[in-house]
Amino acid sequence: MVNDVRIAGVGMTKFGASPERTSRDLFSQAAGEAFADAEVQPQDIEELYYGNFMGEFAETQGHQGPLMADAAGVDAPATRVESACASSSAAVRMGVDKIRSGQADIVLVGGAERMKNISTAEGTEALSAAADALWEIRAGVTFPGAYSLMANRYFHEFGGSREDLAHIAVKNHENAVNNELAQFNKAIEIDDVLEAPTVSAPFGLYDCSPMSDGAAAAVLVSDSFADEHGLDTPVEITGVGQGSDSLALQDRESMIETPAASDAGQMAFDDAGIDRSDVDIAEVHDCFTIAEALALEALGFYEPGEAISAAREGETTIDGELPVNLSGGLKAKGHPVGATGCAQISEMTKLLRGDHVNSDAVSDASVGLTHNAGGTVASCVVHILEEVDQ
Amino acid sequence: MSDARHAGFDDFLDALEEGEPYYLEGTEGDGYLPPRRIDPATGSQELTEEPLPDTGEVLTYTQTHVASPEFADDAPFVVVVAEFGPVQITGQLREQEADEIEMGQEVEIGIDHTETHDKRVVVFTPA
Repeated sequence: MVNDVRIAGVGMTKFGASPERTSRDLFSQAAGEAFADAEVQPQDIEELYYGNFMGEFAETQGHQGPLMADAAGVDAPATRVESACASSSAAVRMGVDKIRSGQADIVLVGGAERMKNISTAEGTEALSAAADALWEIRAGVTFPGAYSLMANRYFHEFGGSREDLAHIAVKNHENAVNNELAQFNKAIEIDDVLEAPTVSAPFGLYDCSPMSDGAAAAVLVSDSFADEHGLDTPVEITGVGQGSDSLALQDRESMIETPAASDAGQMAFDDAGIDRSDVDIAEVHDCFTIAEALALEALGFYEPGEAISAAREGETTIDGELPVNLSGGLKAKGHPVGATGCAQISEMTKLLRGDHVNSDAVSDASVGLTHNAGGTVASCVVHILEEVDQ
Repeated sequence: MSDARHAGFDDFLDALEEGEPYYLEGTEGDGYLPPRRIDPATGSQELTEEPLPDTGEVLTYTQTHVASPEFADDAPFVVVVAEFGPVQITGQLREQEADEIEMGQEVEIGIDHTETHDKRVVVFTPA
């Protein structure tokens, strides 16, 4: 019999600039908040899966699994998971598998990243390590550059404009205005996006998610553990999926499709036993504006070429048919790489439980999807979260 | 990255400098760039070197202004992905302005060196 996996508690630091705080300090805060939210103790934890991408580069710190267990007061097997920007959602998936298999009843998952202690140029170099070191980095490809290559090809095949993309940035900033954990609590206008300095054409500064410091954590438990200990666990992870693709864009059949996300999404839908039309709200990996459109198309919410106008048409805004990135997304909430996947889980849990600042706008929502991508979606992890009766 | 050679990749750059670029062909005609030992299309480990077509077609491009330190003195520069028969290759555009490049235009492949560290980089020029 497979155990059901409940989210007992979540925690997340404010994302933003805290360059003097170490990742161990950030993660211990997030873990502490998750323990308090779950009403469990660190010594209850039977396993830790922790996501981090660039610790060696930014902090000269490898071997972070046991380091973070110690920081969180956990005495249990601890493993760092690295899948670029999808590191901590991969960690969540491993935690889910551990509980479903019956090997553990309570697992701490999460991730952290310290990025603002290094320069923008150094951060750009560190992030580019998620691309193909020989065929892309040696040609000067940066991450904004890689997604710009995808965006320009998208424009060529389907049409669309910088203004369409700007609506995605404006929407996600608007969603973050009252989210006190978000890096930017500032609404922006279309012209702000269009007139921002160019990073890699067609992207200006506001098409790009920021570099951020931050951490997120979640306590996952089996349904039997929750029952035995009287834990309040109104949200269940019902679906999990993960996909992979070639690291380099040049090795793909298409630069405007992300089959790793399609595979992960279908796997998660099948696992949860739901159809994509059952999804009420979604948090997707908008590391760049075009990425939100690519995600919605890969997940099957839109046909290829149609999601670029979704924000502009109001279909993915907070009052739209499918609200997307109510947390502010990576774009405005921030993107501390190793923390991002679990932060999506944390924010989605709160949205469904009703204790997120934007919950009231989606009070009928009971099914949420998270989509977390690594690189140019060479890795993708999708989770389905559902509100359940206890 | 260290200055050690990267077998396969640097062999390809050497061949490019010598004017004899190649790709690796699988048993069903799929193309790959080195280093590669297994054909993901078939699982076969029989890959043969074939001459790279003389010209490629631009699939996409971007002009990058914010570069990593490795390319700090090169910015802004244009990155292109071009299709040469069964393989697609990433490189930088030379001898053409960013606002003149067009999707589908033909390019030739070659080798140049970066301004920043004088390292070899794959480049494309208008055919």
